[in-house]
Amino acid sequence: MALKGNLRDFSTTQLLNLVNLAHKTGKLSLDGQSQNALLYFKEGRLIHASTDADEGHLAAMLFKVGRLTQEQVNTVNSQGSSSDRVMGKYLMDARLVSRDDIVQGVKDYMLEIVYDLFSWNDGTFHFEQDILPAKDRITVPLNLDNVILEGSRRIQEADRLQDELPDLATIALKITDKPLRDVKLTQDDWRVISHIHPRNSVKQIAQNNNMDEFQIRKIVYGMMQAGIVELIRP
Amino acid sequence: MQTVKMVITGPFSSGKTEFIQSVSEIDVVSTERKISSDAERVKEDTTVAMDFGRITVDDDLVLYLFGTPGQRRFDFMWEILSEGMLGFIVLVDSVRPETFREAKHILEVFKAYANTPYVVAANKQDLPDAWSPDDVRIALKIEKSVKVLGCVARDKETVKEVLLELLYSILENMQAEE
Repeated sequence: MALKGNLRDFSTTQLLNLVNLAHKTGKLSLDGQSQNALLYFKEGRLIHASTDADEGHLAAMLFKVGRLTQEQVNTVNSQGSSSDRVMGKYLMDARLVSRDDIVQGVKDYMLEIVYDLFSWNDGTFHFEQDILPAKDRITVPLNLDNVILEGSRRIQEADRLQDELPDLATIALKITDKPLRDVKLTQDDWRVISHIHPRNSVKQIAQNNNMDEFQIRKIVYGMMQAGIVELIRP
Repeated sequence: MQTVKMVITGPFSSGKTEFIQSVSEIDVVSTERKISSDAERVKEDTTVAMDFGRITVDDDLVLYLFGTPGQRRFDFMWEILSEGMLGFIVLVDSVRPETFREAKHILEVFKAYANTPYVVAANKQDLPDAWSPDDVRIALKIEKSVKVLGCVARDKETVKEVLLELLYSILENMQAEE
């Protein structure tokens, strides 16, 4: 069953949350105003990302995150292989990069793309179930909880957050049963969590932590989307 | 004889009138008017006050179905229609995610009117781009204890299933209160 829509109505954060909670496997195509992106997921984890700018081949990925020089990329490309696995083996054999460099480089590249998507407010999306990247691509599984948390911290549009969390004075928070062990929370996240109580409104939590409304909304929104907290409405 | 009042609500064009029409044993009392706004011209007519339908389950039980108007400018009717309801159904247009936020808002408003059981019906499941009931649940952040059911408003059988699920919840609720 395909999922189609527009990011105006269903944001990147909500989309990733849906993929995460439903443990979806498939391909998410996003057509933005100036760029297109392709994300692949397996059982709710992000495994590959690319944009139409560089099509997500290994050499281009490693160049973009500073692990290869342009000269090295040219050398690799002159080998004539389009398979990332073959290319990876060549890079390791030539001692240009280690296996860890490749894994970390692919991870950094994927994160760079996906974090950028949090700032897309317009554009269409289309999720196709059970479509995986080509077998020759190098995939690195990433936990979406942390991606959603970090991506939400980068949201700069106060309007969208205001829409999601309108009246901070009347809503309180509840911590869910989700284990926090694998989630990377910041010091600010922990400060908010330490003040969660049914009697404390979100506004009071912000005041206790000297946070402005935009800051607290970003933190609460991120934790909500990652399933760490739930809202208690009056 | 016991009568049960159910309210069928949901965003504009989610299929409320069709839902009631497909199961009602009487001609639905409908207050449809031609749509004047170009922005909302995804269909010809819209409900401006309410739809009313009736189903006799057996000698002892009759369901009265009240459909709300979908357009926001008629939302003053919502509270009036919710008076005395024993349960409500939120109909979601599964192919138009742009209406999910509105559906969630309507759900919260009706929850605030009365502490009655409710179910969410993900309509238009026969269309290729329909979001599945599981995806609609996540998108609308519906609690696990609330049923989210797929349906096709013009298919009497799926509509009956949704009504029965709500009816069971209502009867459970009534028994718990006794």
